This record gives sequence, C-alpha cells and structure tokens, in this order.
Amino acid sequence: MGTDIKAPPVTGAGARTITLTVNGRERGLRVEPRVSLLDALREHLGLTGSKKGCDQGACGACTVWVDGRRVLACLTLAVTCQGREVTTIEGLGDGDDLHPMQAAFVAHDALQCGYCTPGQIMSAVALLREGHAADDAEIAEWMSGNLCRCAAYPNIRAAIREVRDAAGGA
Amino acid sequence: MRPFGYARVADADTAIATVREHPGGAFLAGGTTEVDLVRQNVLRPDLLVDINDLPLAGIEDRPDGGLRIGALARMSDVAEAAGVADRFPMLAQALLLGASAQLRNMASMGGNLCQRVRCGYFRDATSPCNKRDPGSGCAAIDGFHRGHAVLGTSDQCIAVHPSDAAVALVALDAMVRTRGPGGERSIAIDDFFLLPGDTPDRERALEHGELITAIEVPAVPVARRSVYVKVRDRASYEFALASVAAAIHVQDGAIADVRLALGGVATKPWRARAAERSLLGGPATPDAFAEAAGRELAAAVPRPLNAYKVELARRTIVRALTALAEDGR
Repeated sequence: MGTDIKAPPVTGAGARTITLTVNGRERGLRVEPRVSLLDALREHLGLTGSKKGCDQGACGACTVWVDGRRVLACLTLAVTCQGREVTTIEGLGDGDDLHPMQAAFVAHDALQCGYCTPGQIMSAVALLREGHAADDAEIAEWMSGNLCRCAAYPNIRAAIREVRDAAGGA
Repeated sequence: MRPFGYARVADADTAIATVREHPGGAFLAGGTTEVDLVRQNVLRPDLLVDINDLPLAGIEDRPDGGLRIGALARMSDVAEAAGVADRFPMLAQALLLGASAQLRNMASMGGNLCQRVRCGYFRDATSPCNKRDPGSGCAAIDGFHRGHAVLGTSDQCIAVHPSDAAVALVALDAMVRTRGPGGERSIAIDDFFLLPGDTPDRERALEHGELITAIEVPAVPVARRSVYVKVRDRASYEFALASVAAAIHVQDGAIADVRLALGGVATKPWRARAAERSLLGGPATPDAFAEAAGRELAAAVPRPLNAYKVELARRTIVRALTALAEDGR
C-alpha cells in the first residue's frame, strides 16, 4: 500500500450508457449493472440468436465469444464487456451465406428443436480453434458444456468432424 | 436480481479500498459463481468491484521448479500452460476435469478458491442454512445429503467444498498470496480453507476487502508423476462424488514420498495426512493403499444417504495410487 489511492470510481445501481462492440459494430445501450450480457444482447440490442436456457450457467445455450473466447453470456454482466469484442451467432455467417459450421449442422441434421443450436455452433467453432477435436471422445468432452435435450449429439459430432476434416486438422 | 452498484478499477489498491469502504461490497472476477448466486438472492452485495483489468493474470514458471499463478489467470490458461502439465499434472488434470470449456475460460484461479458450495439448501435462498443465515439450522443433515461431506463436518454444516483445482493445490502445499488493508501476506492453503465448526458462514481466512493476488506452488518433484482421479454421476461437466489428487515416489520397493488429497467428500479440500503417514516407508501395494485409505476414512461421519462415499473414497484412493505405482514400474 502507501501509494496514492484515487477516489473510487463507484457508480450506483441505476442505468448507465455503455458501448459494446458486438459482431464488429459499436453499439450504445443503457443498462443497469445487474443486466447480463445475454439480456443486453436479446432485450436491448434485438440479437435473439443467443438463447436463454437455464440462466444459471448450466446449459450453454447462451454461449458467445468475448475477446474471441467462448463464455456464457448469462453469467457475464454486460457492463463488464465495455471495451471488449463480443461475437454472437449473428456475427458468424453473412445472411444466407452460412459459416461452414452452420452449413455442416444443416447438412448433418445436428438439431431437432434447435433451441441449443446457436450455443452449440459458437462452442463448436471455438472448439476447433482450441484444437481439442482429435476424436469423438475429445469432442464430447470439450462440448460437454452445451446440453441438447433432443440428444442430437451424434449428429453434432458429425458436423464438427466434417468441418475439422475440411480444414485439414484437429 | 437485486440492484447493485458497479465499479471497474485498474489497480489493486483502489479495488481493496473500494471494497473496504462498502460493507456490502465484493470483488468481481470471472463471476461464474458470484453472478449466479446474486441472481438467486443467495448473495446480496450492494457493490461489485470489477477487478478484471488488474494485472494479475500471469502464469510464471519459477527457476526453482515452483509456479506462480496470478489470481486472475483463467482456469483454461493454467490448465494449458506447459509448465503446469509437465511439473504438476495433477493440477492440470483437476482443472480440465472441472466445469465446462466456457466456464474454464471465465473462471479465475482466485475465484476458484472462493467458489461457494453446491448444497441445494444453501443455494435455494429459503431453507434453513447456517452458512447463508447463521443460526437458522442445517436442512441437509436430516435432508437430501447424497452429495454431502463425510469428513470435516460439524453439526452446523455438512456441505462439500466443490473445487477440484483446490484439491490438487492442497496436495501441493500451495500458498495463497493476498493483499489487504494490513499489507501483503501468505497463507498456507490448508489454513486458507476453514472447517465449518460453529461458524460455517466463514469459509476462508480472508478479511473483508482482502484480495487474493496469486497462488504460489512450491517445487514438488514427486508431483511430476501425479494424477487427479474424479468419480462423478456423469462422465463430464459434473462435480465430484469423490476425487483424489495423488503423487507417489517409490524407491527400492518402499514409498519414499507421497502426496494425497481428497475432494467431493469433505467440507474443505482434504489433505489426507493420516493416509500419507501410513504409506511412507511402506510397500506400494494395493493392500497398503487400502490400509492407508482406511486410516484416513476412519474419521468419516457418514449419514444415511452419503454413507456410500466412505467406500467410494477408499476405492478411488486405491485406484489412483495403484495407477501411479503400476505406471512407475
């Protein structure tokens, strides 16, 4: 200790304007500190691709990337993302021009109801980047944070394998 | 979720001073436990001080063979650090067997040590719970306690400590470095975690506003061949019913060095010292392992729904040590 302690930059519980970079675009919004990144995306920015399954960090349906790493938007406070890059499922493809993982999920019928799919895909693309998709056991382990109540797991793994093999690596 | 204030700070002194000034203030790192419990009204802070911009995310190999893990290093980064996997495989394995990839990307190592119990009666924010509401009673003791502790319990609380990484860190004699109003200090990790006793609301030897800055792991040569075995209801993404961090060195047929700690069965990450004493100098055989496990678990206080954990822990200890002994031949 012993250094000069600046006046603590405390802000109250009320709404404040923050700027988030979402899918490469700067977006301003007014939120209270208690607003999750998931609610900020869905309710404030109209980006409803990220889904609210459990809202307690158990299901993975809200998986997005913050600064390129997959995280759970339901356990992330929006105010903490000021100055960070947020990527959602809407930022993956370009309209009808799908990301290869999205196309592989379609081709392999890797969903039934589809509710967990955006989170599955955000996790799956991150998984290949992380390099933990050598075989089905490793894919299952590293995708275990994304639950699918329809149990489309075999087809999800098939989609991931296809994109992995097309990219020529694990 | 109740409203709370927010402050994002860039240096430790400001963070500490800010929390100190607010009796209802708390640090916010990865938030994986904290945000969840605030949303469920189990925690009711009036101010969260965001420490994620503090320069505490480094992971350093020490020249003496030790390791310094910054408090804000993420579980995923520590697990993947080369020095960790090579020299402390039990720690890398414990980290990778915990939570999910997303949570490991978020959760900080300091926060991992501060994570709260998974007891359903603690987390429902309504049941009697001496940890959440001191003096209100413990609903788990006569309730659904299949996942609860058999070691280190009291008549006030039987909740299991949920961390995997902390079990390995206890086996490795890690030190927790903190900084607070009284300056910096180092706390032996076994002293950092408190038994519930009569004060189950006090889980850690931290003062209000005291910040974990790093976890220091000393050089532990025996840990180069070590393992973390985790037994649970699902193959992945589940807390332990019983887990074992183990390292063993056998020389001339006798156990020359051993480290053993248990998770999933105790109210704090449990260093199995009675078992270690029983093993040292003796043969590395399954019978000796079972004998040592029995000595450790003699102190267990099983209850109707968790009595199976005594046998499960015994077998998990034998399995972990046997795997290491066979691997070393």
